[in-house]
Amino acid sequence: MIDYLPGLLVLRMAALAACVVFASGALNVAAAEVAVGPKAKNFKLANGMDVVVIPDRRAPVVTHMVWYRVGSADEAPGSSGIAHFLEHLMFKGTEKIPPGEFSKIIAANGGQDNAFTSQDATAYFQRVSKENLPLVMEIEADRMANLRLDEKSVLTERDVILEERRSRVDNDPSSILNEQLMAALYQSHPYGIPVIGWRHEIAELDRSDALSFYSKYYAPNNAILVVAGDVDADEVKALAEKTYAKVKKNGKITTRARPKEPPHQAGVRLTLEDPRAGKATLQRLYIAPSYASAKEGEAEALDMLMKIAASGTTSRLYKKLVVEQKKAASAGGWFSGTGLDSGRLGFAIVVGGKTPIEDVERAMDDVIEEIKDKGVTQKELDRAREAYIADLVYSSDSQTRLAQRYGWAMATGRSVEAVEAWPERLKKVTVEDVNKVARTYFDLKQSATGYLLPTEKKATKSADDTRNGKS
Amino acid sequence: MSALVTPRHHAGIGRVRRALSYWVRNSTLALAIVALTAALSPANAMKIQVVTSPGGITAWLVEAHEVPLIAMRFAFEGGSVQDPKDKNGVAYFVSGMLDEGAGELNSVAFQERLEETATRMNFDATRDVFIGNFQTLTKNAGESFELLRLALNEPRFDQDAVDRIRQQILAGLEFDSNDPENVAAREWYKLAFADHPYALPVKGTKETVGAIGADNLKSYAKRVFARDTLKVAVVGDIDAETLAKVLDEVFGGLPESGDLTSVPEAKPPVGPQEKLVEMNIPQSVAQFGHSAFKRDDDDFIASYMLNYILGGGGFSSRLMEEVREKRGLAYSVYSYVHPYERAAIYAGNVATKSDAIGTSLDVIRGEIGRMAESGPSKEELQKAKQYLTGSYALRFDTNSKIASQLIWIQLQNLGLDYIDKRNDLINAVSLDDVKRVAKRLLKADGLIITIVGKPESSPKKPVRG
Repeated sequence: MIDYLPGLLVLRMAALAACVVFASGALNVAAAEVAVGPKAKNFKLANGMDVVVIPDRRAPVVTHMVWYRVGSADEAPGSSGIAHFLEHLMFKGTEKIPPGEFSKIIAANGGQDNAFTSQDATAYFQRVSKENLPLVMEIEADRMANLRLDEKSVLTERDVILEERRSRVDNDPSSILNEQLMAALYQSHPYGIPVIGWRHEIAELDRSDALSFYSKYYAPNNAILVVAGDVDADEVKALAEKTYAKVKKNGKITTRARPKEPPHQAGVRLTLEDPRAGKATLQRLYIAPSYASAKEGEAEALDMLMKIAASGTTSRLYKKLVVEQKKAASAGGWFSGTGLDSGRLGFAIVVGGKTPIEDVERAMDDVIEEIKDKGVTQKELDRAREAYIADLVYSSDSQTRLAQRYGWAMATGRSVEAVEAWPERLKKVTVEDVNKVARTYFDLKQSATGYLLPTEKKATKSADDTRNGKS
Repeated sequence: MSALVTPRHHAGIGRVRRALSYWVRNSTLALAIVALTAALSPANAMKIQVVTSPGGITAWLVEAHEVPLIAMRFAFEGGSVQDPKDKNGVAYFVSGMLDEGAGELNSVAFQERLEETATRMNFDATRDVFIGNFQTLTKNAGESFELLRLALNEPRFDQDAVDRIRQQILAGLEFDSNDPENVAAREWYKLAFADHPYALPVKGTKETVGAIGADNLKSYAKRVFARDTLKVAVVGDIDAETLAKVLDEVFGGLPESGDLTSVPEAKPPVGPQEKLVEMNIPQSVAQFGHSAFKRDDDDFIASYMLNYILGGGGFSSRLMEEVREKRGLAYSVYSYVHPYERAAIYAGNVATKSDAIGTSLDVIRGEIGRMAESGPSKEELQKAKQYLTGSYALRFDTNSKIASQLIWIQLQNLGLDYIDKRNDLINAVSLDDVKRVAKRLLKADGLIITIVGKPESSPKKPVRG
C-alpha cells in the first residue's frame, strides 16, 4: 500500500480521525491484557481551572498544554477567523515578555512550542525538559491574562494569516471543495464556517476584535491544563498554585450555546470544477452525533461502523471499490467524533482510471446500503475493536498524543473518567448497536456530497526559461 | 534516511481534513526537518546494546519494558538511485508493494493478518536507502515478525496488486503535478543535479511508472534486500536473546550480498539558476538553495548550527523574523541542510501571494548574503547551542523516535558513542568557526531558485526571459 497518496491520505486522515477517537478514548486498556502506564490524575484550582496530569517517566521530558474551551464556532457572526487570529497574536508578548519573544524563550531553553485552533477548542503547547516546566507554566499563565498587542504587529500578523489561508485553502482545490461542503452541510450551526475564516472577514479583523475575544474567553475557569511526562500530580499542583492559580477567574464565562442545526429535509450536492484538481474526487459528509452529544454508546458504535465500512485497506469500501471493482484509486472514510455539538461521518474517494464519477458514487452507495440492509458481522466488529484497542496502546508511546486525548475530551465537556472508560464502553458495543447507528445516520437527507472535477488546463504551463550562469 | 528528511508534500484530499480541523500556528515542517537532519548528542542515559545473531546479523537494541510495544527500523543501501534506467520510481513502487501479499497470503489476506495482529508495517524509499518501519505489540510479536519475514523474503508482486498500486502512484503523481510545492521541489532537483540520478524524483514520473512491470519490482527486491548493507535498530519490550533469534528468522534468509549498481558522486549543485513554472494560483511557491557539506565534512555540524540560526530554527530563525514576523510576507519560510550520500544540499522554501514573491526572495537572498558576510552574533550562536543541546532529549521520548535516531546514526556511520558525544560537538563550535563556515557555505548570488505560480512582479534578478 502506498500510504501518502491522496486517497490513502484519507487513511492518514482516518488515522487523524482515529486520533479523534483517541481524544475521546482512554489511556488505560483496563480490562485488556495490556496495562499502559498509570492513570491520569485530575483536580481543579480554586479559580476554576481544570488540571490533568499524566505521568510518563520514560524520558526526562514533559508536554505542557493549555486548552481553552473556545474555538471558531464561538465567533460572533461576521468575525470569522478571530479565534485563530487571536491564537497567533498570543505569541506577541505581555508586559513581561517582549514582542515576539515567547517562542524564542522556549527555544533558548531547548524546548519546542506551537498552538492550534479548532472549531471547539484552542490549545497552546510546549515540549520541554522537565526542569523547564516551571518556566513554561509561568509564561503561559502570564499570557492568559496579560497579553499586549500593538496595532502594527496585529496588521502584519493578519497578512501572515491571509498567506496561511492561501497556502492551505486557496492553493488547493480539494481544500476549497471541503470548505464548500462544510458550508453546505451546516444550515444553521457555525461548524459550516471555516476555522481559518472567510477571506473577506479576516481582512477586516483588528486589534480590538482580538482583545475583546481574548477578554471574553481567556480565563482560568475556561481552561484546562494538561501535563504529560516526567512529573507527578503533586509537583504540578505546587507549580500551578504559584502560576495559574494567581490568574483571576472571569465570572461571565457561561456554557457555550451555539445555534442548533435543524433536521434537514434534503441532501445537498455540489460540484467544483478546477483545472488544478488532478484526479476526480468525491467527498461525502453526513451529520452524526459526537462523543459529547451522543446518547450513551452511540459514538462508540459509530467508531466501529466507520472502521468496518471505510477505514483502511481491510474496510468494505476499500475492498469493494479499490480491490474488486477497481473503480477507485483509493477510498476511505472516518468518524469525526470530537465536536462539542455534533460529529460527522465522512467518505473520500479518488476515482480510478476513466470510471465516471457517478458510477463510483453508486458503488459507494451500494456498500453503504448493504450495511444498512444486512448489517455487519460479529467477526468484523471484533476485528475493528481489536484494532482500536491496539491503536490505543500504540498511541500511549507518545506523551503528546496522551496529552491531546485528555485535553480534547475535557475541552468538549467530557471527563477524565469518560476518557478512561472508553475501552470498556467499546467492548459493550454489539452488532445490533452498529447496525442501528448505520440505519439511523447513513441518511442522505442529512448529508452533503461534493465532486471535484478537473477541467482543461490552460493556465498551467512550464515556462521554458531556465537560465544558467550569471545574470 | 533522506526521504524522511525531504519534506513530503501531500496534495489533494490530504490537506482537506488538516485544513478543516486543525490550524497550527507554524507549519511543523521546518521543525521536522530540524529533528531529522540533525547531528545528534546525548540527553538521556540510555543503554544501547549491540546484538549479533548466531547467523551474523547485527542490530542496535534499546530495551524498554514500560510499554508492551516493540519498534524496529531497518534500512538497506540503495534507494531510488538503484532504479533501472528509464524505470525511475521502482524503489518507491516496491515500498508500496511489500504489504500487498507475500508467501501464501494474497493482498487482502496479508492485510487482514496485519490488522488482526495489530502489526504496523510500512516501507519507504529515499534517494539513497530503502527503509522499513515496523511496530508490534509484545503479545503478537511472534506472528508479526513472521509477517515481516514474508514481506521481505517472499513478496508476491501479483499482477492485480501491481496494477492497483500503480494506479495509486499515478493518482498521487497527478495530484503532485498540481501541488506548487511539489512542482517547485521537482524542478529544483532537476536543475541542481542535472544528469545524476539525484535529479530524478523518487516517485518516478507518469511515463516511467507506466512502464514498470512486476519483473522490475522483483529484480529490485532481489538486488537490494541483502544482509551486507542491512542496518537494524530495535527499541522496546524485547531482550537481546529473543532479538538475536528474531534477526535470524526475519533477515537470515536474505542473500549474503546485494547486487548494487555503482552510483557516482554528484556534482555539487551550483547557481545561479532560475526557473519559473507558471501555474494559475493565488500564491506562488519558491524553493531556493545550493550545495552544502556532506556528513563527513568537518564543518557539517557548524553548517547545521548556522542553518538553525538562518532558517531552521522556526521563530528563532532570521528568515522567519524577516519574512514573516516583520513583513507578513509568508506563513511558512524555512531552510535546512541535508546530507545525501553523494552530495549535500542547503535548501529552503517560501510561499507568498503572487504579487510579492519577488520581494520575499529578495529578503531571503539579502539574509543569506548578510549571514555569509558577517555570520551570526555571539548571542544567536549561544541560543542555537542552548536549543540544539537542550532539545536533544525530545528526540528520544518514544520507542519509535529512538529507533529512528539509532538507524540514522548507523546510516551515517557516526558510531555507537555518538549520542553521548553529540552535545559536546555542538558546544565545541566557536563563533569563528560558524563565521568561517557561513562564508564557505552560503552563496547569495549562487542560488538555484524554482518558482511555481504567477508572479506579477519580478525579483531583482528577473526570473523571466
